[in-house]
Amino acid sequence: MHNFEFVKPSSVADAVSALAGEGAQALGGGQTLLPTMKQRLAAPEKLVSLSGLAEMTGVSSAGGVMTIGGATTHASVAADAGAYPGLAGLAAHIGDPAVRNRGTIGGSLANNDPSACYPAAALGSGATIVTNTREIAADDFFQGLFSTALDEGEIITAVKFPIPQASNYQKFVQPASRFALVGVFVARYADGVRVAVTGASEEGVHRWSAAEAALSANFSAAALDGLSVAADGMIADLHGTAAYRAHLVKVMTGRAVAAAS
Amino acid sequence: MPDGGIGASSKRREDLRFLTGRGKYTDDINLQGQAHAHFVRSDVAHGRINSIDTSAASSMPGVIRIFTATDFEGVGGIPCGWQVTDRFGEVMQEPKHPILAEGKVRHVGDPICVVVADTLEQARDAADALVINITPLEAVLDMKAALAEGATKVHDDLNSNLCYDWGFVEENREAVAEAINNAHHVTTLELRNNRLVANPMEPRVAVGDYDFSTDEHTLYTTSQNPHVIRLLMGAFVLGIPEHKLRVVAPDVGGGFGAKIYHYAEEAFCTFAAKTIGRPVKWTSTRSEAFISDAHGRDHVTKIELALDENGKFLALRTDTHANMGAYLSTFAPSIPTWLHGTLMAGNYTTPLIYVNVKAVFTNTVPVDAYRGAGRPEATFQLERVVDKAAREMGIDPVELRRRNFITEFPYATPVAVEYDTGDYHATMDKLLQISDHAGFEGRAALSKANGKLRGFGIAHYIEACGIAPSNLVGQLGARAGLYESATVRVNATGSISVMTGSHSHGQGHETSFAQVVADMIGVDENQIDIVHGDTSKTPMGMGTYGSRSIAVGGSAMVRATEKIINKAKKIAAHLMEAAEGDIELKDGQFSVAGTDKSVAWGDVTLAAYVPHNYPLEDIEPGLEETAFYDPANFTYPSGAYGCEVEVDPATGKVTVVAFSAADDFGNIINPMIVEGQVHGGLAQGIGQAMIENCAYDDQGQLLSGSYMDYAMPRADDLPMFTVDHSSITPCTHNPLGVKGCGEAGAIGSPPALVNAVVDALQRAGHNVTHIDMPLSPDRVWAAMNS
Repeated sequence: MHNFEFVKPSSVADAVSALAGEGAQALGGGQTLLPTMKQRLAAPEKLVSLSGLAEMTGVSSAGGVMTIGGATTHASVAADAGAYPGLAGLAAHIGDPAVRNRGTIGGSLANNDPSACYPAAALGSGATIVTNTREIAADDFFQGLFSTALDEGEIITAVKFPIPQASNYQKFVQPASRFALVGVFVARYADGVRVAVTGASEEGVHRWSAAEAALSANFSAAALDGLSVAADGMIADLHGTAAYRAHLVKVMTGRAVAAAS
Repeated sequence: MPDGGIGASSKRREDLRFLTGRGKYTDDINLQGQAHAHFVRSDVAHGRINSIDTSAASSMPGVIRIFTATDFEGVGGIPCGWQVTDRFGEVMQEPKHPILAEGKVRHVGDPICVVVADTLEQARDAADALVINITPLEAVLDMKAALAEGATKVHDDLNSNLCYDWGFVEENREAVAEAINNAHHVTTLELRNNRLVANPMEPRVAVGDYDFSTDEHTLYTTSQNPHVIRLLMGAFVLGIPEHKLRVVAPDVGGGFGAKIYHYAEEAFCTFAAKTIGRPVKWTSTRSEAFISDAHGRDHVTKIELALDENGKFLALRTDTHANMGAYLSTFAPSIPTWLHGTLMAGNYTTPLIYVNVKAVFTNTVPVDAYRGAGRPEATFQLERVVDKAAREMGIDPVELRRRNFITEFPYATPVAVEYDTGDYHATMDKLLQISDHAGFEGRAALSKANGKLRGFGIAHYIEACGIAPSNLVGQLGARAGLYESATVRVNATGSISVMTGSHSHGQGHETSFAQVVADMIGVDENQIDIVHGDTSKTPMGMGTYGSRSIAVGGSAMVRATEKIINKAKKIAAHLMEAAEGDIELKDGQFSVAGTDKSVAWGDVTLAAYVPHNYPLEDIEPGLEETAFYDPANFTYPSGAYGCEVEVDPATGKVTVVAFSAADDFGNIINPMIVEGQVHGGLAQGIGQAMIENCAYDDQGQLLSGSYMDYAMPRADDLPMFTVDHSSITPCTHNPLGVKGCGEAGAIGSPPALVNAVVDALQRAGHNVTHIDMPLSPDRVWAAMNS
């Protein structure tokens, strides 16, 4: 790890100004960034810590929408998001306790790892990503592997999740990393069903629109019977072929529908 | 008799320091003025080094010196400890293994130069300023392609990439071929034994120190055998005589084979400490461990088993390509040969066996022993082909094994070893009982109702432990003896220090070895300390691997303790004015047979060191004895393993729902420690069979170079194990009747697991006869859907 300056602002405004300089990098829970820095693959000159900012921390619900501060840890979401059990369940199974006690929802979404869990929840819920400057619909936020609509220095201050009637996340873990080899988030709303897939595609998290249409008409695993997922564009690696991942998308979607509550 | 002693599950005394963070590991050693070494390693699998420009790096802050191959021109290469003779009578091809790459790099991770600086960060910063120009060459990866005519050579100065072509027993080659050609049935299986990374929890560390005033070198290192390192490094690499070289292996956090070998980093730190006049420390990162610790396994095998119409085994032939990697690690040539071919009889009476092994150089990390070392590779292919044969012939796999079990001992196999004792029907009976084999069909029906496929797999293993008779291994090409040593030092007040040549790196020797001595003398085991891991303290010993410590190291300790007792009896006889032959030792009391006269252990030990009333004309004062024990034979632990799995047909995911192990380890010193050893072995064997996979891409880049891609088994990957060691046929040739238990779990479990998955799939109607390890979900799913 190279030397760096560490800044711990006490407000979002201070964080924004601290990030304005050259070579500054926001630090969420550090679960990706710090290992990368230890390997000398990243060498920011200044880290601006967003942890502990009160205005960015906590879970609240009002009017059918759950709002989660960007600096809220996975462990807090697992404990406090009971009104949205599909989301709380997802958070409860990210990484291990050490990861869950440090990692944050804002950090995870800003990183947009193609195998991470939270992007599936945000996209599958049609969430709104709230930043220090604007609100971004999840459908516009995720832009491919490790790529998002965030501008340089823009901070995710909160995420607003419309609470569905029923939801579930099914993660088939990659045996080494225990990230999602394929993860599927299914959420049923009054106006339709959303299905978001993580881990599988070379394009990162994405919606499975054919399944959404079928499940909106008939919310049961059987509704998926006639559907298939193309292997084209799926990730192929040591842990699974493209065809295997495509197959798992359907299996995990069916299981999520069956388990949705 | 105090509590404890042989047979007691005494709690591991070393755990107090391990579990409270008070263990002292090599990385905890920081010497005054120590400098830090950072190894710059090849990022290509094969390449020619055109130039190394150190000028910019040398002037970076804190840099003391940058070492390259030219600094080691007067120094030997890393030696290989075993020379195999091929089937034509020629010795193996043995390339030089330089400390730092000379002219070429031969695997990703091959060290090119070393930056030594005041701090590790400075060394790393300077390394970034090095300019190393390498022309990449074609990477040699596939073993069969590596042997093709005209293939790119890993070592330009060798004739080819073939290390040796070994045949065993060569005289049987034709007879085996004839038996296979004429047999009623032949079962053939082609398989790969997957390459593994040992991944001990503690990475390797080396700290070199040099005192110019005494010309003494000290190396602190993470080793399973400090005397072996002293011998290899002192005599063959750096030319330092033993009395000027001390090697210390303090607490070591797991070895599994990977810390047996002499590594370049050890020689480097020892050498550099003298060169720069300061202690030099290197601590491996986990990423470095993946590309610099010796790997394990990596065999590609074709095996054929010939049977008569009743299922009697007539002949066995196996053809293996064994990956050596880019250089020969310390014991690498012996693993696919003498630790593999000699085990191909398994538990069976197969009269004719022929083993052919071609060892091949490739542009990969060197491969050497990993928990089991050759024996898992033998057991896996044998127990898989037996299972396949049973299915092909419609004979129950248990029954087919029973029809061929060896039942009379001693038994001389056709592959040059003699099993002294065993009872394979007993371990099989025990397995069927503890695994509730009879209830399997009911459980399978429940699984089916839940949409899962259940299978039961059996394996019966034999291994050769207690390595090894020195005269025998000398004939087989070992360049070292394989005895073990112990010094028993009784102190004046009766406490005892035992200096053993064995090394404990997780096995609990400090507890179980003390139990043995306590039992022999009849004193409390807390009166005894076990000292190990320092060449300045212990007699020359060969260390710990090959499940040898209690069988060989324990036997040396028994012999030394016998000498102590004999001398103590002489002293006791003098004190009680009785004949030596009438003295009995029981519960720490010497008594005169048939009388009520007695003296306590402490009275005798005090007399030995305060010899006022003492037979000085007959015996010396003091009470300290040393013994070296060289075993007469290997020991042959065996056992029956049963694995029960559920397969999710939708995803191919295998869940091990039950695993039972019925072992015969001979006599048991500490049952709790034995069970722990079996649990650990099973975890590693199941890890190999289910998830562990060291894979390279076609450029020789390691695909599984971190825990993001190399899957280690975790507690929730494993079921609660059912283990039993009540089937006991004591070893006939060592004083404790022990056989060793360290590797069994890793040897017997992979075939049991694969057999179970094949069973589950075949029961569900899938025509799947084999899946190569690891049986990851995608592979199982692909096999079901091909």
